[in-house]
Amino acid sequence: MSRQPRVGDLFRRFRQRLDGPAPHDVPPAGPGRARPRGGEELRVPEAEFTSYYGRPILKPPVWRWDIPAYLFTGGLAAGSSLLAAGGQLTGRPALRRAGRVTALGAVTASAYLLIHDLGRPARFHHMLRVAKPTSPMSVGTWILSAYGPAAGLAAVAEVATWLPERGAAGRARRLLPPAGQVAGLAAAATAPALATYTGVLLATTAVPSWHGAYPHLPIIFAGSALASGAGVGLIAAPCGQVGPARRLALAGAALELYGARSVKTRLGLLSEPYTTGAAGRLLRAGRALTVAGVFGALVARRSRVLSGLSGAALLAASVATRFGIFHGGVASARDPKYTVVPQRERLRRRQADPD
Amino acid sequence: MPDGDSLAGPLDPAPDAGWVAAGPRMGFFTDTSVCIGCKACEVACKEWNDVPASGFDLLGMSYDNTGALTANSWRHVAFVEQSPPTGHDTPGTRFLGMPGPRPPGRDTGVEERTDFRWLMMSDVCKHCTHAACLDVCPTGALFRTEFGSVVVQQDICNGCGYCIPACPYGVIDQRRGDGRAWKCTLCYDRLGAGLTPACAQACPTESIQYGPLDELRERAATRVAQLHARGVPQARLYGHDPNDGVGGDGAFFLLLDEPQVYGLPPDPVAATRDLPRMWRRAGLAALTMAAAAVAAFVGRSS
Ligand code: SF4
Ligand code: SF4
Repeated sequence: MSRQPRVGDLFRRFRQRLDGPAPHDVPPAGPGRARPRGGEELRVPEAEFTSYYGRPILKPPVWRWDIPAYLFTGGLAAGSSLLAAGGQLTGRPALRRAGRVTALGAVTASAYLLIHDLGRPARFHHMLRVAKPTSPMSVGTWILSAYGPAAGLAAVAEVATWLPERGAAGRARRLLPPAGQVAGLAAAATAPALATYTGVLLATTAVPSWHGAYPHLPIIFAGSALASGAGVGLIAAPCGQVGPARRLALAGAALELYGARSVKTRLGLLSEPYTTGAAGRLLRAGRALTVAGVFGALVARRSRVLSGLSGAALLAASVATRFGIFHGGVASARDPKYTVVPQRERLRRRQADPD
Repeated sequence: MPDGDSLAGPLDPAPDAGWVAAGPRMGFFTDTSVCIGCKACEVACKEWNDVPASGFDLLGMSYDNTGALTANSWRHVAFVEQSPPTGHDTPGTRFLGMPGPRPPGRDTGVEERTDFRWLMMSDVCKHCTHAACLDVCPTGALFRTEFGSVVVQQDICNGCGYCIPACPYGVIDQRRGDGRAWKCTLCYDRLGAGLTPACAQACPTESIQYGPLDELRERAATRVAQLHARGVPQARLYGHDPNDGVGGDGAFFLLLDEPQVYGLPPDPVAATRDLPRMWRRAGLAALTMAAAAVAAFVGRSS
């Protein structure tokens, strides 16, 4: 068992909240209305709501940093595999090699993060007992199970040229490259599913700002995955091969920025958690880094250093965006306002207009 | 993809989950109008189910020191202090300073005294018809019993935590130091032996009633009508409607104020209801992504 708080701690904190300046998610008058009663209501009227002593109605996700980090590494793996397949098919070996190696590294990190976050890591294989289409996590497990080995084989094939030419190693040296070609294409074929299912994973929860954002999350994650894959290409490839990575960066950034803008402006009250607090800061940083990265990639015609820096900015942007989306959702589950107000509004509309 | 029907709308969950010859669906009707806040249900549940200790702290809000349903509290008695009292739906609850050394208003003089009312309600897992926790569980640890209830198999759960934000009522929770998800089982073991769940058995006022859901729904309708006739117009049922966002609850309530006053969501929806639409959006994004990759490489070579 973890450390027990001192008896009375909760009580003291509660009284402090009643007396001291109230944080934004706690009703100043303790239980009851979210805003101070008496005087003018400065807020829009619909933000007024009742709750049980200001306590959250929902349980916020118990996922730690591993899960937003996985959102990044999973997307990075997917974007890298697409980059590698493109390099493979259009004869750009630097893109192929960098993409394949990054994909293997990222998918390995993903597996580690996913298992590390479990309450019972030793039971990770229980995920493989069932295949449930109603569970995005189960679907994702099977997508990863298909993608992982393919990405792994493609990356291993890259070492073929280092093998001796004789004996068993020689046979491997001859067989690996074609196997790697097939595996690379298989990984690229599953990559878009790997990058976008995570949008459904977050949206299939009661977390108000995730569920409300279900039309936009897969777009953000797809864009973020493309941009991070492009980032790898920008860092690793010589100027002669970097063209596709530059265009990929542009496309990915456009999707990511469009999606992030949608969740920040089109969800009504549920947009609020994405614009305030830690989530707001992360998403703003993500936007700035994305813009800087794309701009750098476009102007860095001949400079490898500038290309590389742009790639790094795109990778950092992807990290910031994923953590921003994650924290926005968690904040929306912690404050009962985001549960009560939209639901009450929905009820009111239904009563006013039954069917 | 399962057809949309099994993700929303009224249905009998046990046969839907594949039970042949399942008995009637069993559940709870919690009539909060007779609850006296004795917490016998909380204690009985802990005793029978061997739930670890919790709530050894003063929350400083009313007489509720349990706070919420958690992995270690499968029944939670809410205490709502309200002022002014009955007559209309009050804009909110209010902190009256209880528990304190003296009754509220004793030290303020007559003029300052206000009337107030106390609402108590024993909350529990709703055993939803469309249980989001169950549908999203990737290991199959959560399952539907032959009684229509929703239970975690502790030897299967790997603590992935997906069920926890999936529950629209914030019921199921991860136990610290254990890692797995825990919640009310509707006393699955007792039901199998033909017994009543421990909380309902212990409730001295029959606020918690256990039985076949159809019967409970009839009883609840009668009780609401009776209360309305006696001049309690605020009495209303919560979670009884098979057409609501979770397909109706296996454990439903009679409340005397808005659900959110008791910490319940006013219009809960199982997120899984939107799965077909959500997968379609993801498919669209995936295609866009693939197309962008193709376009980036077939574009003019550099
Ligand atoms: S109330 Fe929550 S934990 Fe209980 S069955 Fe419904 S979704 Fe599952
Ligand atoms: S925490 Fe356990 S019960 Fe909950 S979804 Fe994961 S495996 Fe299923």
